[in-house]
Amino acid sequence: MPITYTSGEQVEVYRFSVPVTIGVPLVALFLQAWLPLHIHFFSVFDLPLLVTIFFAMARRSQVAGLLTGGIIGLLQDSLTHQPIGVYGIAKTIVGYGASSLGIKLDVENAGARFLVILFFYTVHQTIYFMIARALVRLTLEWSWQRELGAAVANAVLGVFLFFLLDRFKQRT
Amino acid sequence: MESVLGRYRNLIILVGVLFAQMLGLAVQVKRTTDTESTRLIRIWTVSAVTPFEKGLVWIRTSTYNIWHNYAYLRGVRQENRDLKAEIERLRIEQVRLKEDADQARRLQALLSFKEEYISKTLPAQVIGSTGSELSRAVYIDKGSADGLEHDMPVITADGVVGKVLQVFKRTSLVLLLNDQTSGVGAILEKSRIQGVAKGTATGEVFLDRVMSDQQVEPGEKLLTAGGDRVFPKGLPLGTVTKVSPGQEVFLNVRVKPAVNLSRLEEVLVIVKKEERQAVAEDVAPVRAADVLAQRLPGVPDKPPADDPNKAKTADSASGTQNPAVVPPAVSPNKPPAPKPNASTGSVPRAEGVAEKQSSGTPVMKPAVSNTQTNDAKIVEKPSKPAASPQSGIPPQ
Repeated sequence: MPITYTSGEQVEVYRFSVPVTIGVPLVALFLQAWLPLHIHFFSVFDLPLLVTIFFAMARRSQVAGLLTGGIIGLLQDSLTHQPIGVYGIAKTIVGYGASSLGIKLDVENAGARFLVILFFYTVHQTIYFMIARALVRLTLEWSWQRELGAAVANAVLGVFLFFLLDRFKQRT
Repeated sequence: MESVLGRYRNLIILVGVLFAQMLGLAVQVKRTTDTESTRLIRIWTVSAVTPFEKGLVWIRTSTYNIWHNYAYLRGVRQENRDLKAEIERLRIEQVRLKEDADQARRLQALLSFKEEYISKTLPAQVIGSTGSELSRAVYIDKGSADGLEHDMPVITADGVVGKVLQVFKRTSLVLLLNDQTSGVGAILEKSRIQGVAKGTATGEVFLDRVMSDQQVEPGEKLLTAGGDRVFPKGLPLGTVTKVSPGQEVFLNVRVKPAVNLSRLEEVLVIVKKEERQAVAEDVAPVRAADVLAQRLPGVPDKPPADDPNKAKTADSASGTQNPAVVPPAVSPNKPPAPKPNASTGSVPRAEGVAEKQSSGTPVMKPAVSNTQTNDAKIVEKPSKPAASPQSGIPPQ
């Protein structure tokens, strides 16, 4: 059963402990900054985005989702030398969208998660591209081939990561 | 009204959060050079992330050092022998290069040439990246507490890495050469064509502002031009890999960076530069003959009454009053008498060193080359003749 349509009362809503809520995004940010130095191809992954999608879908709260996405995105922005807010806006929208989807759908199996991550990665990159070009005036080159390849890579990693993060879920 | 607000509460919050971020973004974009407004959040994030990075780098370096300094010593003897041979080769090369450098300095002094010199560097370890392909920059483990400042150049032994962009207390952000917001004044080594080395969104480096009627060959080296007041002149930037017609009247010159920017581990930050005018060696010319003569046992002074003209001629020829270099009155090895230079009026020095015979009389031996005398500096300059009215040569 890949994707189950459920009512708001039927879906499981999870919560996370404070150390997990703060620690997991920080670890994701740290790994995102550290691993590409040593494993060069790792720069195609976006661990903070995967963490945003996971928390948003597990909590199934739109406000919590958009705030989680916004904060993680702003922190990710602050590590770069670009103006702060580009990742913030993109991840706020993704957080809101993922939690909205989480309210409607019970996405627990690998296939469903793969598709959800594939979709939200593409949404994230599209928003990021638009903001970076229109607001910040960065010169970006959009390549569908590259973006789809990165989306698949992130989806594969996300499936494994979500199963790992499932261990931190606490039933409400 | 309340029901509408309640129904669209989440959507209103979303719009509010997005609006706030867009407003903040617009303010930052307008103040293109101001990073102070967002400095606090940057400090928080960097302070939260970099200690872990520093810790991991420390663990990795320590493990590497233990393995390579204690466990993995196979082939060290052979490597040591090879390195010693390399040192010998480099010493010989150094002598040649020093001659070239001295000559260049003399020419620069003639032209009142001013140049920037790297006078102090600080080694730093690369501890992290920005994690974004659109921000090609790395974090290093040195900050304002170590004396780092904004815009300081960062290099490796291979060439230019970038410049310090943001300085925190214990870390700094270094903007890499291949970032799209980076630009370095550059000059091609052979053709001396100048341009600006710029990064692109895909992480490549191009030499910008080169006119299409200029000849640029692939393989030519690109150096810093020094005109941007950030990088000293002459540091390697990269090598031209491809030249193609670009937009309008410019060429598209692709450059491969001299440094592998995706594999950075240790870098040097140039913390102090000095601009000084080149000066030629103003040390008085000293000949190997003179130095050796001073080290030889002294010859007892002879009364000058016997033949004062000969003694004075020898003194004026050697340019020194050292009695040890007085040539013998009668010697089979006596060199030809020095003749005054017609144009300068100077007297060429006698090429030889004084050597003490068994009888105690010094004789002239052929001059030693500068490579044979490690402790004597030879400068081939026309010497000022000693003002000697007896020799009949006017002083300069």
